[in-house]
Order: sequence, then structure tokens, then C-alpha cells
Amino acid sequence: MSRNARRGALAAATVALTLTAAACSSSSGSGSSSDPGASSSGSSAFQAQHKGGTLKLVAHAAAGSFDPQVNYTLQYWQLFQSMYDGLLAFKKVGGQESFTVVPDLATAMPKVTNGGKTYTFTLRKGVTFSNGKALTTDDVVASFQRIFKVSSPTAGTFYNGIVGADACLKTPASCTLPQGVIGDAKANTVTINLTAADPEFEYKLAVPHAVVVPKDSPTKDAGTKPLPSTGPYMAASYDPNRALKLVRNPHFKEWSREAEPQGYPDAIDYTFGQTVESEVTAIENGQADWMYDAPPADRLNEIGTKYASRAHVNPLTAFWYATLNVNMAPFNNKLARQAINWAVDRSAVVRLYGGTNLASPACTILPPGFPGHVESCAYTKGGGTTWKAADLAKAKELVKQSGTAGQEVGIVTQDDDVNKSIGQYLQSLLTQLGYKATLKPLSGNIQFTYIQNTKNKVQLALTSWYQDYPAASDFLNVLLSCASYHPGSDSSINISGFCDKGVDAKMQAALKTSQTDKASADKQWGAVDQSVMAQSPVVPLINPKMIDFTSTRVGNYQFSKQFYMLVGQLWVK
Amino acid sequence: MTLSPSPGARRSPGPWRTAAGDLLRNRTALAAAAVLLLVVLASLCAPLYADHIAHTDPFQSHVSGTTVVDGKTVPVLTPSSTGLGLGVTPIGPTWDPAHYFLGADNQGRDVLARLLYGGRTSLFIGFTAALLTCVVGTLVGVVAGYAGGVVDAVISRVLDVVWAFPVYLLAICLSVVLLTNGLKLGPVTVDAGSLWLPVTIIAAIYVPYIARPLRGQVLVLRNKEYIQAAVGSGAPTPRILRREVLPNVVPTAIVFVPLMTALAMLTESALSFLSVGVQPPDASWGTIIEDGLGLLYTRPAVTIAPGLLIALTTAALNVLGDGVRDALDPSARLRGGV
Repeated sequence: MSRNARRGALAAATVALTLTAAACSSSSGSGSSSDPGASSSGSSAFQAQHKGGTLKLVAHAAAGSFDPQVNYTLQYWQLFQSMYDGLLAFKKVGGQESFTVVPDLATAMPKVTNGGKTYTFTLRKGVTFSNGKALTTDDVVASFQRIFKVSSPTAGTFYNGIVGADACLKTPASCTLPQGVIGDAKANTVTINLTAADPEFEYKLAVPHAVVVPKDSPTKDAGTKPLPSTGPYMAASYDPNRALKLVRNPHFKEWSREAEPQGYPDAIDYTFGQTVESEVTAIENGQADWMYDAPPADRLNEIGTKYASRAHVNPLTAFWYATLNVNMAPFNNKLARQAINWAVDRSAVVRLYGGTNLASPACTILPPGFPGHVESCAYTKGGGTTWKAADLAKAKELVKQSGTAGQEVGIVTQDDDVNKSIGQYLQSLLTQLGYKATLKPLSGNIQFTYIQNTKNKVQLALTSWYQDYPAASDFLNVLLSCASYHPGSDSSINISGFCDKGVDAKMQAALKTSQTDKASADKQWGAVDQSVMAQSPVVPLINPKMIDFTSTRVGNYQFSKQFYMLVGQLWVK
Repeated sequence: MTLSPSPGARRSPGPWRTAAGDLLRNRTALAAAAVLLLVVLASLCAPLYADHIAHTDPFQSHVSGTTVVDGKTVPVLTPSSTGLGLGVTPIGPTWDPAHYFLGADNQGRDVLARLLYGGRTSLFIGFTAALLTCVVGTLVGVVAGYAGGVVDAVISRVLDVVWAFPVYLLAICLSVVLLTNGLKLGPVTVDAGSLWLPVTIIAAIYVPYIARPLRGQVLVLRNKEYIQAAVGSGAPTPRILRREVLPNVVPTAIVFVPLMTALAMLTESALSFLSVGVQPPDASWGTIIEDGLGLLYTRPAVTIAPGLLIALTTAALNVLGDGVRDALDPSARLRGGV
């Protein structure tokens, strides 16, 4: 196995993953880690000698609701992999294979008919929820209805293609999807009808928002009262201010090692509230086994030298970016937006993130190695396909031409060290360009929803996007399509408010092409990326890597490119 | 017969001159004043150092910048080259005044330059807030104590309510609220990012600490014979307050100024450390400590230097405050003090 790098991201708290539609395919990059006992791929047989013990995880803050159909953070999506199941799942292995979708609660991959618009699943028998109730087709149907009833963040983007979804989106409380999701208890099948073929639908069924929960689950956000699960672990308690405890689901019997393997630790204790500094110290001293947060800048060198064998660095298909509100001054002026793209020194941001071994400069929305990615860089001094240097003189000239100099610009970031330091850098840069820039660091618990709501009048926000599944639309269509812009809502993931009819038409065309010709669709997505960058609604900053820093007793480290470290597969014994 | 003093009689120097003389004879207080003066002068020289010696803008990021150490050009933020090559470390103290004397922070900014500018901010907020507190506190205390009755009851209850809140909690709450939209009180408008916002907040929360003791002092004073005589002779209240009451309470208020300045500086540092005081890119000693928190393991000087300055300055203010108190307190002299 090779050691290699990646780092992870996030910094304080919630990082949103992705959603939407389009073609799929592979991705690249790789990187698995190294370390004794680590394995990067393969669904090897369960090793009973390593079963047991308590895995101790730490994070600076909790990630809000523990409802799998509501929560949209990497922090809990990672855990949900060992707790909840959908009809399909991403393969629970390390490496590139983790992008493969496999049957989970379904006995096999769906039978797709009606020109790609009808998916028929046969439900697996003998699966029981952690509350002792057997899984039925009614649970599956109710779970799809619940996606709309709880206003899941992806209800309108992932699942709006289900027949009847329009009505559910309008009046969630009375959602039934009578023609969209049909359960047949006798045949033990579930049929899903779509209004149009969706080549990414299988991916969408494999993310946590499509998991199956008991039919009698509350039709509102379950919040801090975890729902019964079908996977190897269930939540025993959850206090967002203190801790989360996962224990073995007594009713779990492994039915597919690829989809939902048995877990190794008997319990997983997730403690919240420590500083990231103390998290690092706790892991070094063996008081904790893993930290969710990115290690602080002043401990990276120590981790990379003294504890190198316990640091797993992996590249991510993700990007950190600044959103520019195209509907508010000064960034309702294209020249002003382009000026920011010219001015930002990506190498400075890389430094602030932790150096060249933890991030690389980003020029495009689609990360390198991602389907549709084209090597191009519209805003680099001297031109070329990769970012070389910022052009501050050109940026100042554009600001002058735009007539926006002297205007106030508020920058909203998360309040952790990395985000805040990048925010400070952007503030300094905007001041140099002639703006009156102010910085507003917010807790990671609220920043991501705050910057989405147009009522908060956010002009420039620092955020990041981590792929949900390997499809270009997961970045472009989700982040920058007109359909993702919902003024006044906390779930308006098109934070820039960018809605260009021409670009939108290109996205729709690429989505259509992806139903028949993925390679051509990827080319179209590459062109969409460049069209968007020409309008400059966002400033791609870096493509991050992820560090998983583990204690000495942790073994069997596996990094899924889809959902990152496989928590339930770690050995602590 | 004449009431005028004989030509050879010695004239009393007056209370203020006596106090000044006493203060000048207090060596400890003088040493504290010297330290304070040094800090103030150094802070005032911040632009001189930044512009003409270090040639740097302490409010601008220099993440990709370089500097010269021992004749070699080196990056201000140095990437790790050992092990996995993780992390970037700001340059440490070079002890060269022209090139990052105390090193850089995580934005590549000159720590010494920011310390000097931070001193200006911290001292400005501390002194202005203390002055405002003492002026408002004195007026409130005098009015409450002299008026008595309903006026006293209302003012005292309001002061009690403010007093009842833990001071830092109240300051944080006010800061969090006001940092969003600034302060608008009638014709008074303070912008969210303005230094006057922490000044106003700190001044407001400490008013009861001045007003309450002064009110007590006025309650005693108003029953004194000379006040009663003035009232009996028909002197108007404003005149009594101005000529009889205020001169007796002002020395107490003056004693509070250095002590409140120290307290206000500590509060400002705490608020800035918690990101609810001075806002970036402005620097205060509190914000510099916060900036250095993420560098505690690799560049502790970024945190330690402003911490030492806060400790030194507040200690000097407290010692000077004690000296002023001793000088203005006649009973201290009677006790055989200074």
C-alpha cells in the first residue's frame, strides 16, 4: 500500500457535500494512506480478532440534527455510513472502488425500464431496524415521502424527478408520491417512477438522504432524537453540546460486506467541545483516536514529522471557493467579480491552508481528475492552463473600470483558524483593491446556512464543496444553476445567486447528453465550467487534501473516496 | 485690626499642589508613570517604526512575502520541508528591527509593528472608556446621592441591575448584538467596526462601579453642616452641586481613572480575544493574542509579547492609581503615609 497524501478539509464543522445531477464516471487522484494496519481497498473478510473496544472520536462542535434525511454535513454523513442504509449504497471500501454503487437494502441493482424512467427494486428480506421492527416496503415508501415532508436539503435537487415530487415540494405535509414510489408488499418490490431518465439517480439513492427509516418516524426533523437504524450501529444518545454515543445494533446481521460491512468497535464515542489543539494532544496521548477537525496550523509540522506514521493524507475531489453575490453591489458588476478572480493569490491561500502538500491552487470549479474537468485557468498572470500568479495590477484596473471602488464588502467565513485566516487575507486583498472590507466570522454551525439565505445580504462568503458522487453536475448544476437559487431560503446552495439562462441551457443540454453519452456530456460540462468562470460568480481557491490523524491503537484505516475514512472499519483492538 | 494674614505668615499650598507634591515624592508611582509613559511613547511611534524602519504595512497580509535574514531572502511563511512536509510556519524573531524583529503572525504581518499599533488602540480604548466611565459615573452618582427620593431609587435600581450582571458576560452580549448593526441612540451613531463601539460598551458596563461609591459619598456630604448652611441660605441646587459637592467627590473620581483604565484595557483585550472587541484588520493587544493563539506551539512570541505588554501596562496603571489615591487621600497622610 502506498502512503500518500490528502488532507482534509474542513475546518470547523460542517462542510457540505454535494448533490445534483449529471453524468457520472470515475475520478482520479488517489491516495491512500499508509500506516501499519491500514488498508486502502478491498472488502477483505471480517477479522474477528479485532472486534471490540471503544473508538473515541473528537470534534470541536457537533453538526446539528442527527436526522439522516436532514443533515447535510460530512461530519455525520461519515457516521451514517455505518448506521443507515438505502436501497443502494456506495461500496464501503477504500480507493477508487468506493465510487461504485452496489445493492444495499435491495437484493440486486434495480431493473431499469421505460426508457430509464422506471426503477424496480426487490427488497432484501430479514433486515431489522434497531428498534426490532422488520424492514418492509412500507418503510421504503414512507421514507421517500419523508424526504419531502422533512424538507430534506436535496428534496428539490436530487429527488424532484420522482413522479409526484412537484406536488410534494409544494405541499410537503401531504406528500404521498402515489405514482412515484410504489411498494408491493406481496412481491416485496419497490418501484420508482421518474418523470425523465436520470443517469445519476442510482448515485442519488446511495446518499444518506435516501436511507430507509421506519415508517412511523416523525414527519419533521428528528433533531437530537436519532432514528432507528438498519446498519451495524445505532445511536444510544446524542447531546450536541456534549457527546454522541453509537453502540452496536443488536438486530444487525451482515447481508452484504460491500454495502454494509460489520463494524469492528463495540462502541463509538464522539465527544464535542474541545479545542482543536487539545484534540491533537489527546490523539498524541492516546486519549482520543481520531479528530474530525483539520489539525491547527501550528501542529501540522509536528504531526508531519513526529507522528508521520499516524497521519493519513488523502486528496479530495473538492474545492474551497469564495462566492460573489451577483445580485448585490459591488459584485453585480462582472468587472468587479473578475477583478477578485485576478487578484486572489491562490498560493497564499494554499499557504494559509497548510502548504503545498495539503492543497493546490484551483482555477476551475470541477476539481482535477473529476469528470468533465478541463485544464484551464482564465485568471492567471501570463495566461496558461494552470494557475501561476495573481495579477493585482489588472485587478485594480478592472475595479477602476467597474466604478465600484470605495464600496463596502462584507466577508463571511467560519470562525475556525483556517477559514478565518483566509478571510483575513481576502479582507486585506479587498482593501488593497480599494473596497471597504469587513470580516464576519461565524460559527461553523450556522455559517453554511447563513450564507445561503439572501435575507442576510452576504456579499462575499468563503465556503467549500465536497463531492457527493462523481458527476460534474454535482458541482456545476448544484452550485450554479438557476434551480439551485432560492431567495429567502436557508437552502439556497447557489450562494452567489448566479442564474444565467445561457449557461443554464448548456447545463440542461449536458444533463440530457449524459443519458446516452457520458464522454460527450463530460466535454459539455467542461465547457460549462469555463462559461461559468467567464462570468466569475465564484472564485475557486484551492483543491484540498485531508489529514486523518489517528492514535497508535487505530488500525485498518481505509479511505473511501466517496465518504472518506470508514469509521466503522477502524480497529481499536 | 486686620483679618489679612501677616506678611511673614506661610501660605497654604492648597490641596491639589499638596497632592502633586506627594505624588512626585512617591518613587514607586513615579516608576510606574515612567513605564506608562514609555509604553505610550512607543505606541505613538508606531507609524514611524512601520513606515521608516520596518517598511511594512501591519494591516496588510504578506502571506507570499519575503524578507531578509542574515543577508538571505527567505519567505515570511516557511513551508515545512521535513517528514510529510505539512504546515507552514511564520518567521520567528530575527532581532533585526528592519526585518521582522519579533517575527510574523499567520498573515505574514510584522508582529512588532502590530504590537505598537495595537498599543495605540488598547490605550485609546482603555483611557477613553475609563474617562467616559468616570465622567458619567460621577454625574450619575452625584445626582442620585443629592436628589434622593424617587430619583435616587430609580437610578440606584438601574445601577443594581447593571451591577448584577457578570461584567464580561454583559460586555460580550452587548458586543455581539452591536457588532452586527452598530449603535444608534438618538443622534448618536456608532458604526459596527468603529473603535468607539468597544469604548461605549466598556464605559457603560463600568458606570455602576463609579456611580455607586460616589453616590454613597454624596449621601454623607449632603448632611454636612456647610451643605445644609448653603441650602438654608437659599443657594440654588446647581450652585451647591458645583461649588460644594463636586469638589469633594472629584478627587475620588480622579483616583478611579488609572484603575479604570487598567480595567478597561483588560476588558478590551478579553473582548478582542473573543473576536467581539476590536475588529480586523485593526490591531489591539487582545486581537494580537488571538492571532497568536494558533501559533502557540511554533511562534509563542506572537501571543506572549502582547500578553506581557498588557500585564506591564495594567500593573503600571494600578501602581500609579495607588499613588494617586494616596496623594489625594488626606487620611493617608494623617496615618503617616506619604
